[in-house]
Amino acid sequence: MTIGILALQGAVAEHQNMLEQCQVESKLVRTRQDLEGLAGLIIPGGESTAIKKLLVREEMLLPLKEMVKAGFPVFGTCAGLVLLSQTDSLAGFDGQVVRNGFGRQQDSFEESLSVVGLDEPFLGIFIRAPYLESVGSEVKILAKTDDGRIVAASQKNVLVTAFHPELTADPRIHELFINEIVNKK
Amino acid sequence: MKVTGTEIVKRGMAQMQKGGVIMDVANVEQAKVAEAAGAVAVMALEKVPSDIRAEGGVARMSDPAMIEAIMGAVSIPVMAKCRIGHFAEARILESLGVDYIDESEVLTPADDNYHIDKSQYKVPFVCGCRDLGEALRRIGEGASMLRTKGEPGTGDIIEAVRHMQKVNQQIRQISVEKPENLMAIARDLRAPYELVQEVHANGKLPVVNFAAGGVSTPADAALMMNLGADGIFVGSGIFKSEHPEKFAKAIVTATAHPTDYHLIAEVSKNLGSPMKGIDVATLADADKMAPRGME
Repeated sequence: MTIGILALQGAVAEHQNMLEQCQVESKLVRTRQDLEGLAGLIIPGGESTAIKKLLVREEMLLPLKEMVKAGFPVFGTCAGLVLLSQTDSLAGFDGQVVRNGFGRQQDSFEESLSVVGLDEPFLGIFIRAPYLESVGSEVKILAKTDDGRIVAASQKNVLVTAFHPELTADPRIHELFINEIVNKK
Repeated sequence: MKVTGTEIVKRGMAQMQKGGVIMDVANVEQAKVAEAAGAVAVMALEKVPSDIRAEGGVARMSDPAMIEAIMGAVSIPVMAKCRIGHFAEARILESLGVDYIDESEVLTPADDNYHIDKSQYKVPFVCGCRDLGEALRRIGEGASMLRTKGEPGTGDIIEAVRHMQKVNQQIRQISVEKPENLMAIARDLRAPYELVQEVHANGKLPVVNFAAGGVSTPADAALMMNLGADGIFVGSGIFKSEHPEKFAKAIVTATAHPTDYHLIAEVSKNLGSPMKGIDVATLADADKMAPRGME
């Protein structure tokens, strides 16, 4: 089983390390052809506007959108959440996203989170992070910040977090993606 | 409970910029061109390095009104420069809410002995380096991101290449060194011992390292990415070229696909003239920016 990591821009190597910890093979995805034969895809943190433009230039946006719609497992962190939620991007997740929802870089923060499906708290690292203002009825909310904002959720084949599990040494959210979404497909 | 300004969120911000291009912009219009081209951040400064070079005089922090206007005009992060050692300029930039501060040799240094104690700030800092000792001293002071110094405003890539090669060679040497020799290496590099140990253990820097100072074409960007840069700063190279929009887009594409030479050839076609530039070898020592703030 190979999981792809969208490698157009952002924290790609960090997700590679995580998948290595989970003992899953990874492949960097830079072109449309690279999307073939994957069990799932991670869309990393980065600048969502830059990644989106590169997806369009590589003619990957529409094929990927179709794949997600057809049930292809996808895990988006931060910018990945933004791209999956925006209706004019991948539109694979039913939620209203607020970009840079907590403010600018100086408002970036760490916070310990309770995550549905994990026994112990998870350290959320939020960097110019988005949050979900509202979600559709099919969406399962997995975590909220202390002030009640939705920052992790899943919907069928899609998992999103507003924070960066790839910046920690803790692979539990990646394991959740592999066990609960990729392997159950 | 929320905790802000930690090392992990400051360094993490730079990690999110990897594989991207940070562009110098002098006004709102240029910032919008940069964002539309796919820049991951903009550096707001009134004069790009080649203009600073041409005009001479003392180069200082930019007008806060100009920085704020750019912050209001784009949704990508906005960086700004302060003079080396000028902690008052840094605090002013922090108060504006900029996303990153570049303590930069492009501006005229304010202190020839001490850099800013960057560990005391909520806002992360990027600093230039020419070798591993300089890189580790800046990290020791709290820098969350590094870049090569290169030779700003020349459009000549040779200095950036030298600095990237040098840092990476020194990292390779340390990673195979015997642990008992690390103190002597720290002494020779004039670098904090703990950071030398960290480089020895991990075989890499603890923060990201971008290329800067002389990148002016898509091919330059690809060269630096293949030499191990985590991303690219372009100063004068975009808005001093004949077609800034095309150059900006082409450099973004080359940075994202640094080994796809067919694609880079494609985006390099009919770009028009890059910035004119200056051969670094013809530059008088007094006109070089990279040696500033070497301590």
